[in-house]
Amino acid sequence: MSNADTNPDAATGAEPGVPIIEIKGLNKWFGPFHVLRDINLSIAPRERIVICGPSGSGKSTLIRCINRLEEHQQGRIIVDNIELTNDLKGIDAIRREVGMVFQSFNLFPHLTVLENCTLAPIWVRKTPKVEAEAFAMELLERVKIPEQAGKYPGQLSGGQQQRVAIARSLCMRPNIMLFDEPTSALDPEMIKEVLDVMVDLAESGMTMLVVTHEMGFASQVADQVIFMDEGQIVERNTPDEFFNNPQSDRTKMFLSQILSH
Amino acid sequence: MTDQPFHRQQSELLPQQPAPATTVGIVGWLRTNLFSGWFNTVVTLIVLYLVWFVLTSIVDWAIINAHVSGTDRFACTSDGACWAWFDQRIHQFLYGFYPSDETWRINIAFVLLFPALAPWMFENVPGARYLRWFSLAYPIIATILLTGGLGLSVVDTDRLGGFTLNLTVGLAGIVLSLPFGIVLALGRQSRLPVIRIFSIGFIEAVRGVPLITLLFVSNIILPIFLPPNVALDTVVRVIVMVTAFASAYMAEVIRGGLQAIPRGQYEAAQAMGLSYWQMMRLIVLPQALKISIPGIVNTFIGLFKDTTLVIVIGLFDILGIANSMVANPDWLGLSTETYVVVALFFFSVCFSMSRYSIHLERKLDTTTR
Repeated sequence: MSNADTNPDAATGAEPGVPIIEIKGLNKWFGPFHVLRDINLSIAPRERIVICGPSGSGKSTLIRCINRLEEHQQGRIIVDNIELTNDLKGIDAIRREVGMVFQSFNLFPHLTVLENCTLAPIWVRKTPKVEAEAFAMELLERVKIPEQAGKYPGQLSGGQQQRVAIARSLCMRPNIMLFDEPTSALDPEMIKEVLDVMVDLAESGMTMLVVTHEMGFASQVADQVIFMDEGQIVERNTPDEFFNNPQSDRTKMFLSQILSH
Repeated sequence: MTDQPFHRQQSELLPQQPAPATTVGIVGWLRTNLFSGWFNTVVTLIVLYLVWFVLTSIVDWAIINAHVSGTDRFACTSDGACWAWFDQRIHQFLYGFYPSDETWRINIAFVLLFPALAPWMFENVPGARYLRWFSLAYPIIATILLTGGLGLSVVDTDRLGGFTLNLTVGLAGIVLSLPFGIVLALGRQSRLPVIRIFSIGFIEAVRGVPLITLLFVSNIILPIFLPPNVALDTVVRVIVMVTAFASAYMAEVIRGGLQAIPRGQYEAAQAMGLSYWQMMRLIVLPQALKISIPGIVNTFIGLFKDTTLVIVIGLFDILGIANSMVANPDWLGLSTETYVVVALFFFSVCFSMSRYSIHLERKLDTTTR
């Protein structure tokens, strides 16, 4: 199913070679704690990046800087030709283009699944309600839960909720999708249904940044794997090289721990 | 001994039989819940006797031995309640000192209240869209009906009294204190120091003073905030003070609700590009207010009962009228009857609010539907 043309902007809007996300000399502190140290990263359109690393390494913080859920103190972040500054208009413009999926789903419990999906298109994109609902149903079908449209999030399983959350983000027709440990809060048997949706999305040509410990997903779909430790990017490589021929000792240790069981 | 086998043999299944009468229906329920064992049986009997005793005493006093006719206290000769004053005084209980040939205006205002409230309180009200516009106009309509204008003769607000006054002040306070409370609760969390300090200052100052004190000093405080030569009507003054008082409590109740909303809800709303006000209106407040319903209604009920305090600035609400009635030599010594009636008025309104809040909580519960 599905196809690249549900997201024409991502496929055609960007010129080849021009990065869609450009991060230069990024530094961030939480109080005295130096959480991101001199991050340089550039991501091309349609590139799929998996970020892994031990907890506290700053990987979530890094992707949360990209849509300004966290403020950075030093360096530049340019998303889709818009630089993130304190300018609220720029932040809003970037947030319209960047979808995000959270570890804890963060669906709105007082709204039905369909309302969750249509809220932002209607209020932020000013899409007519009928149109927004039609597109939302299309996406709910794509994540294989159209029959749950009238239910409330509290009545769904974790895996279903996360698939709704993905559909909800896609309803805004984003160019870039950020995933912050999307399967970490799920029971093992539900992880697959969410990963299937993400694989499908990756194959459609979406630019994706995924923080995850699902190494199977990384080797299957990622163009690049980034390993972070103590706020720094330690290693960046293709999945093949990353898993079979890790360069740094820290990466080797991490991989041996994560793959040992 | 015989050589019969110890157990009975049976080739066919027995047909199903209804459960024993002692385990089903009313008898079964009584057995399992009230008479299961000697201790429970004794307790049940004692409680039944107490209930019987109290109920019969009340019925005896209020109905069987009561006197309902007569022109003064001495018409009542028995031990029971004396309701003879009721038809003479009910008018004052309801309308205070409102001119008797104008009370139809209060009645109309009261009847119109229901279509004004219905579209906000219940789903599927026919014509809700138009009724909402009517609701917005209702305060103006009610004010004109109660105080005059547009061809209606003018009635001074100090003639408002009785339950009309309680309802007027109570409803105005309830309707106004909710939005003010929301604004104060949001202001208290604002990033802008001016707004935050003002909100905290207002909440703490108003909450730290008894309402009765606020009412006493309202004629000193309020003119400070008003241009000179503007004299505030007494009833308006009461409404302002009661609203301010209830808003401060409301703000704290709603703040509790706001703090219960997980950070992820804010983040999801922000990540979608919602503006601050969209996020608050569409995501945060609906959830926070839902959580706060018990506290909000609690504040409403407290506010409604506090309307009796208007007595300290010379207005006669239903309790004030009752006080003067008890002091009337014709009906001396009937304080029990009088205050029971006043209590019933308040109880019916407050209990309705409480039931409505439970209905609302069930309706908004999205986890079990």
